Amino acid sequence: MHIVVQNGVVIDPANGLEAGLDLLIEEGVIRELGQPGGFASVEAQRIDASGCVVAPGLIDMHVHLREPGYEYKETVLTGTQAAVAGGFTAVACMANTNPINDNGAVTRFIVEQARSAGMARVFPIGALSKGLHGEELAEIGEMVEAGAVAISDDGRPVMDANLMRRALEYCSMFDVPISVHEEDLCLSSGGSMNEGPTSVRLGIRGVPSVAEEIMVARDIALARLTRGRVHIAHISTRRAVDSVRQAKAEGLAVTAEVAPHHFTLTEEAVEGYNTNAKMSPPLRLADDVAAMKEGLRDGTIDAIATDHAPHHRDEKEIEFDQAAHGVTGLETALSLTLHLVQDGVFSLSEAIRKLTVNPARILGLPYGTLAAGRPADLTLFDAQASWRLDPLAARSRSQNTPFAGWELTGKVRLTMVDGRIVYDDHEQGGKAA
Amino acid sequence: MTFSQRHFLGIEGLSRDELLFVLNTAESFREISEREVKKVPTLRGKTIINLFYESSTRTRSSFEIAAKRLSADAINISASTSSVNKGETLMDTARNLCAMRPAALVLRHPASGAPHMLARLNQCPVINAGDGTHEHPTQALLDVMTIREHLGDIEGKTIAIVGDILHSRVARSNILALTTLGAQVRLIGPPTLLPLEFSRWGVERHTDLRTGLAGVDAIMMLRLQRERQTRNFFPSLDEYARRFCLTVEALREAKPNVIILHPGPMNRGVEIDSRVADGPYSVILEQVTNGVAVRMAVLYLLTTQERLATQDQSVTNRQTVEQEGSDAQVESSAWDERTLPKRAVG
Repeated sequence: MHIVVQNGVVIDPANGLEAGLDLLIEEGVIRELGQPGGFASVEAQRIDASGCVVAPGLIDMHVHLREPGYEYKETVLTGTQAAVAGGFTAVACMANTNPINDNGAVTRFIVEQARSAGMARVFPIGALSKGLHGEELAEIGEMVEAGAVAISDDGRPVMDANLMRRALEYCSMFDVPISVHEEDLCLSSGGSMNEGPTSVRLGIRGVPSVAEEIMVARDIALARLTRGRVHIAHISTRRAVDSVRQAKAEGLAVTAEVAPHHFTLTEEAVEGYNTNAKMSPPLRLADDVAAMKEGLRDGTIDAIATDHAPHHRDEKEIEFDQAAHGVTGLETALSLTLHLVQDGVFSLSEAIRKLTVNPARILGLPYGTLAAGRPADLTLFDAQASWRLDPLAARSRSQNTPFAGWELTGKVRLTMVDGRIVYDDHEQGGKAA
Repeated sequence: MTFSQRHFLGIEGLSRDELLFVLNTAESFREISEREVKKVPTLRGKTIINLFYESSTRTRSSFEIAAKRLSADAINISASTSSVNKGETLMDTARNLCAMRPAALVLRHPASGAPHMLARLNQCPVINAGDGTHEHPTQALLDVMTIREHLGDIEGKTIAIVGDILHSRVARSNILALTTLGAQVRLIGPPTLLPLEFSRWGVERHTDLRTGLAGVDAIMMLRLQRERQTRNFFPSLDEYARRFCLTVEALREAKPNVIILHPGPMNRGVEIDSRVADGPYSVILEQVTNGVAVRMAVLYLLTTQERLATQDQSVTNRQTVEQEGSDAQVESSAWDERTLPKRAVG
């Protein structure tokens, strides 16, 4: 069966491509890119991409799918349904499930659940330490064999610097990056939001920026020592971005991602004790938000990743200091990124690069590009369409978003994995693709 | 003027006029507590629920007495004897209590923002009786009321707040109230308990007690929680006391007619010397007396807004109170005592 995606604007940053082209897909693989109308004679299912950008399927290198163990928050199925609705064709999921993904059996279980869900591709990230206790290395080799693409204790920092050193050394054998949640727990000291003017006013215990910056500096030093691959997860402060910039200039194998909420919101979103603005690391100051945009523009920040962290409303409708950390992100990330394009932070092509080929390269995945011969993972979106976010209409099982009611720009029309349509806005009652 | 707030969550957001209006109302209520029969029928038929998730002697009994002197039926619920022990969430507890149609819910809670969460339910007026390290607005009002009694207008006065500013809801509410009313506020404490961020609040920061006290009109001492020591905010109670305990000697730096306040409970010998606490400059027990009047005013303003809307000035309120006071009765109190034999003490 052939599919032709026609009349769209193809943007493939990996190949420097941005042009009105048609795509011929055969057996789930991109066969050829051709001039508009060039495949008119081919007998095929036709997808009209008029008014749409045709991009490589988006890749989110940092999500929490909650399965196994927390299926009341999210499952691999609901999480990947949210992913494809947000234009993501691949996600990498963190290990803080129950049981924790610190062994090959759990890794294989997640891979199997993803296969039967049949939505986005799912790449598990294995735990760095057994039980996420930060004491002993988990069986990294076994998890990598089972399909893990990176290693991380995300949700928790690796407080033991020597364990971090050994993990970097050990992982170099598999060429998988270590994604690090940078937070000195002694400094964050149980804080629930950024330490700054708002926390002092609201009387909420704060997490100072230095809790992140000290750990970023430490792990860059360890990357220098070990030549290991450090990936800074959800970077959030200006000085952390500065450190990564210096590390890159030095030629170290350090990469970084930023979450849309960190380049969109400041700590003031917490005002009124809004638990949907509570996450770790916390929302910072306007100057930090500006630094995220600078880092995205100059390439210091490689990827945009959501840190999609679904939580049940019962875990959010409670006292602020007891509420769970985290917000959902899969269904809003593309729009929030497009807002940066509108604001002139970077070009549309650069935006797509941060959501496709860059995370693919960090994770060593053969996706994130529309080159002939690659699997047909693609996303069609209308970059101009605006819509209003209704959390209850979300595909995710949870509704903990700080963007409820926001007027967003950029609507996903169709998402395809391996040439299969896994999301079609038209079928969801939206406008025709 | 009228008091337009539906809830009483904090001093933040209150205008100078609103603060003065509440203070004037409180002053008009003070006289009731001096009467032979300390009761007026103002809130007859209304129920006030005190929901206390932290232990409290002064604030809880002050709200209860305030409610009863206005003839409201007051009930007290403390976390230790309620369904909290059965795992009920704060929101569910509040929803259930609101379903019993109280005129106001008074909440004391260890989490900052807890009363704001209940206010969003919008079932009945919520009064913040202290939330975490955020605000304690009725405490600030009674402090300001006490200062006004002794020193007159707050405008232009210099007031020192001494101790653990970082964790103090009393300090936050007082800084807001005093600066709104035009006072110069000095914060005094060790830098660990006095975040730099406070310099944005239009206040002076001092880490030396005597320098900070030079020429002040009033001194507010804060309670030092002993458990802070284990988190390294200071090395020992002894060293803290050597530097920050308000002694007779330190007091000499202040103005001759200085007054000394403390929200209680006091750590004698830690933040305040007994000779000062019990000495001639201390107004600590007057604060407690004024606390009842302030809480009467807040309960009154929040539960009788429709009636207030037709009136115009606090002077009118005073007359109304006095008129109603003449046919004061004790009946509701007796009823209250009979039906609530077991009283939860917060």
